[in-house]
Amino acid sequence: MGTTGLPTNITQGSRTKGGIGESTLRPDGTLKVTGEFAYSSDMWHEDMLWGQILRSTVAHAEIVSIDTGEALATPGVYAVMTYDDLPTDVRNYGLEIQDTPVLAHGKVRHHGEPVAIVAADHPETARRAAAKIKVEYRELPVITDEASATAPDAILVHQNRTDHHIGHVPHPNIVHRQPIVRGDVAKARERADVIVEGEYVFGMQDQAFLGPESGLAVPAEDGGVDLYIATQWLHSDLRQIAPVLGLPEDKVRMTLAGVGGAFGGREDLSMQIHACLLALRTGKPVKIVYNRFESFFGHVHRHPAKLHYEHGATKDGRLTHLKARIVLDGGAYASASPAVVGNASSLGAGPYVIEDVDIEAIALYTNNPPCGAMRGFGAVQACFAYEAQMDKLAAKLGMDPVEFRRLNAMSQGTALPTGQVVDSPAPVAELLRRVKAMPMPPEQQWRAAGEAADVRELPGGLSNTTHGEGVVRGVGYAVGIKNVGFSEGFDDYSTARVRMEVVGGEPVATVHTAMAEVGQGGITVHAQIARTELGVTRVTINPADTQVGSAGSTSASRQTYVTGGAVRNACELVRERVLELGRRKFGTYHPAWATAELLLEGGKVVTDAGEVLADLVDVLGDEAVEIEEQWRHRPTEPFDPRTGQGFGHVQYSFAAHRAVVEVDTELGMVKVVELACAQDVGKALNPLSVLGQIQGGTTQGLGIAVMEEIIVDPKTAKVRNPSFTDYLIPTILDTPTIPVDVLELADDHAPYGLRGIGEAPTLSSTPAVLAAIRAATGLELNRTPVRPEHLTGTA
Amino acid sequence: MRVTFTVNGRPQEADDVWEGESLLYVLRERLGLPGSKNACEQGECGSCTVRLDGVPVCACLVAAGQVEGRDVVTVEGLADFAKQRAEHGGCASGACGTADAAEGTPLDEARRWAARGTDSQAGEGTELSPIQQAFIDAGAVQCGFCTPGLLVAADEMLERHPNPTDADIREALSGNLCRCTGYEKIMDAVRLAAARQSEGV
Repeated sequence: MGTTGLPTNITQGSRTKGGIGESTLRPDGTLKVTGEFAYSSDMWHEDMLWGQILRSTVAHAEIVSIDTGEALATPGVYAVMTYDDLPTDVRNYGLEIQDTPVLAHGKVRHHGEPVAIVAADHPETARRAAAKIKVEYRELPVITDEASATAPDAILVHQNRTDHHIGHVPHPNIVHRQPIVRGDVAKARERADVIVEGEYVFGMQDQAFLGPESGLAVPAEDGGVDLYIATQWLHSDLRQIAPVLGLPEDKVRMTLAGVGGAFGGREDLSMQIHACLLALRTGKPVKIVYNRFESFFGHVHRHPAKLHYEHGATKDGRLTHLKARIVLDGGAYASASPAVVGNASSLGAGPYVIEDVDIEAIALYTNNPPCGAMRGFGAVQACFAYEAQMDKLAAKLGMDPVEFRRLNAMSQGTALPTGQVVDSPAPVAELLRRVKAMPMPPEQQWRAAGEAADVRELPGGLSNTTHGEGVVRGVGYAVGIKNVGFSEGFDDYSTARVRMEVVGGEPVATVHTAMAEVGQGGITVHAQIARTELGVTRVTINPADTQVGSAGSTSASRQTYVTGGAVRNACELVRERVLELGRRKFGTYHPAWATAELLLEGGKVVTDAGEVLADLVDVLGDEAVEIEEQWRHRPTEPFDPRTGQGFGHVQYSFAAHRAVVEVDTELGMVKVVELACAQDVGKALNPLSVLGQIQGGTTQGLGIAVMEEIIVDPKTAKVRNPSFTDYLIPTILDTPTIPVDVLELADDHAPYGLRGIGEAPTLSSTPAVLAAIRAATGLELNRTPVRPEHLTGTA
Repeated sequence: MRVTFTVNGRPQEADDVWEGESLLYVLRERLGLPGSKNACEQGECGSCTVRLDGVPVCACLVAAGQVEGRDVVTVEGLADFAKQRAEHGGCASGACGTADAAEGTPLDEARRWAARGTDSQAGEGTELSPIQQAFIDAGAVQCGFCTPGLLVAADEMLERHPNPTDADIREALSGNLCRCTGYEKIMDAVRLAAARQSEGV
């Protein structure tokens, strides 16, 4: 482990080849490039049926009747199920609050809610049969925003709430409320020489993972079911699925199928229970695969938000206070809304020193699409607002926006508005300095090739809308703070089973966890950790399933920290047992067995001075050493419900961006020329994967800045653009070069000093692009995404 | 209906195909070739890109009946396809080292080509095409769902255009969405494959 604040030395790695610190290649890489890797939608079973979900066509309505007769009579249909066919009294599920019906019960609360399910021998047969189910709705008024949710006569989205938040929320249509209050804002306000206020709007983003929700449920002879599924957390799914099926958890055997991306969108259940229900009903394997249209209804989205911010500063550029109110739209079901509120409020001040703070964050229940986890949740929305505020303050004070930020940047030892003193490196000023120092891309790149403009380098691209006329460059900066791991007192543990034995005359380690590999490269890192700790070359990564203990979720930038920590811990225990074995067998031959610090390296037991004592092959013989053990990071505590004070987060993660954009000011077209990033990663266990996470996260932030938004009709609460034709994510032409400066300052509390990295780059990317567009256009731009009409005044 | 066509050099027959089925569905669900991916099924994401008589197409937008009697190459056959190309006056001989080799694989050549078996389910020892190897080496694969379509598209681009500029690569791959990588490592992979190809590695 490195020393706090000192560089961890990216190139050092371990003395066993392929250990931590090296850019080893993905163990699943070959299968993924040959098309053989089995994703959840690739599952196939003889005699399998296809499941189809019928979803509500309206957002808020009572269900008067459901007639499944014609659907059931369709040739090729094996089963049609509605709420009345559910096998037990447990008919709801949910991550924290069990408020989501498996199938609609008398009422639908959002557009696209599951009402009935069908199994048939061909997907088209199932689709057509589902379309024959007649559902009569009596429509209700829709709740779509804070005003309609908290109006005196507002219909309650959920009647008779019994969850643990109902006691402290001001209205039953508010899922959760978290204030963060520290110091005396009124008094601090008097010290302010300048005050800036802003009202910011953040659009609804979709995770848009490419692999659609899908899986295969196979009924088993013991009355249970085997489920092959793409998810972020097998054991969380299991806990929600088994009671609905009326099965003990050991009869629902889950195996992780290939996951085509996640980004938070697979934290909640989608088709898992539906496939199991149909499989158990028909006695046949059932496969369900959403198409892209259905996928937009099949998972939660990023919370859209309205944020009101007021900051003050003295004329020498010191922040005096912050007053903020953040309203997140959670949609029809709670999902991860409480945690999103916790993040938005506790991280709402950003990575700055502000003594006097009054923040309130709430999440609403509405009839809009349910919102929950997406990369950086809560912190992303807040960062967009506070970074816009920083630019406004700097402008008002006549200061450079980067210098203004650096002047107010937090650092190790800063007390956050929650009272938590940050006890590991927080190099916010340094990241800003680094990202600003990176070389600028050349001006007018479209002229690089010669006389004629290369329109591919210009706003509007191959639409050929400009050859440089009206194009203005702008540069913007932003920085953000994200928590790592599950927070607020959650028991955030993981489990690893590590086995060591001789196979084919060579020592081999086998690592078995339930960690969902969703593309992030956790399996690569697990093999590296095993090599480093056990001194072997060959590591087998077993498929993730529920035959081993929970790994927790692949989210919150936590898996390398927590499951990586569990793998390291299990390896250390295995190593002790192997050394014990060695002492018993060979201890009498060499005194160092008893006296020296022993390591496993290069397939051998060696002393810390490098003397070889034995070959692992001889130590192990025909014995296998296997250990399964849980591992937890240090505990956190809940935020005080009135003041938000508390040691709420285990670790923080920081990234800064510089965006360079070119804007066609006549047409409102934006070309992002470059998005440079500087990020502290603590320790890069796999530098290549680290870059992939930072560049991928940056690009999702770019998407929120200039194109991505689920449009919900405010009159009907219906989704208007559920397709990749109408919901745009960045293509390779939209995405600029993303140079990255990786800083490695060890966090002493974390395994190897590492820092969770996946989310931080998604935070600052968006406000940096917005700042650059503002710089190019002089417009205020208080909403994201920015579309051409916002730049041309035709919105 | 019955559809008879050639996939990765082998004659294939699919029976009881419903007229509304796409080439993608027939490949994935009837022929056991799920490498071509079903990310949007509306021609926007490129994850199902295959070669149809040499031309890259979204298999989700091709009706199964349209492929009757034609040649399809999928990601599963890409390594052998690239090898065959190299052996028949492709890059191995230097013929695609000029910008004029813009025709792609001639149809009769594609027809002569046949896939060969690989030895391991775990992928060890699998022979890969240069673009496949470059995707692994450059870190261009994360979740991997976009990868098959990108590989087929990038391989076809390098066949036409062995020394592409960055702008050329971006233009050629603009029909293939990736949600994980931010495309930087994909750019690296294509540059790497082009460089190795021109060095004859």
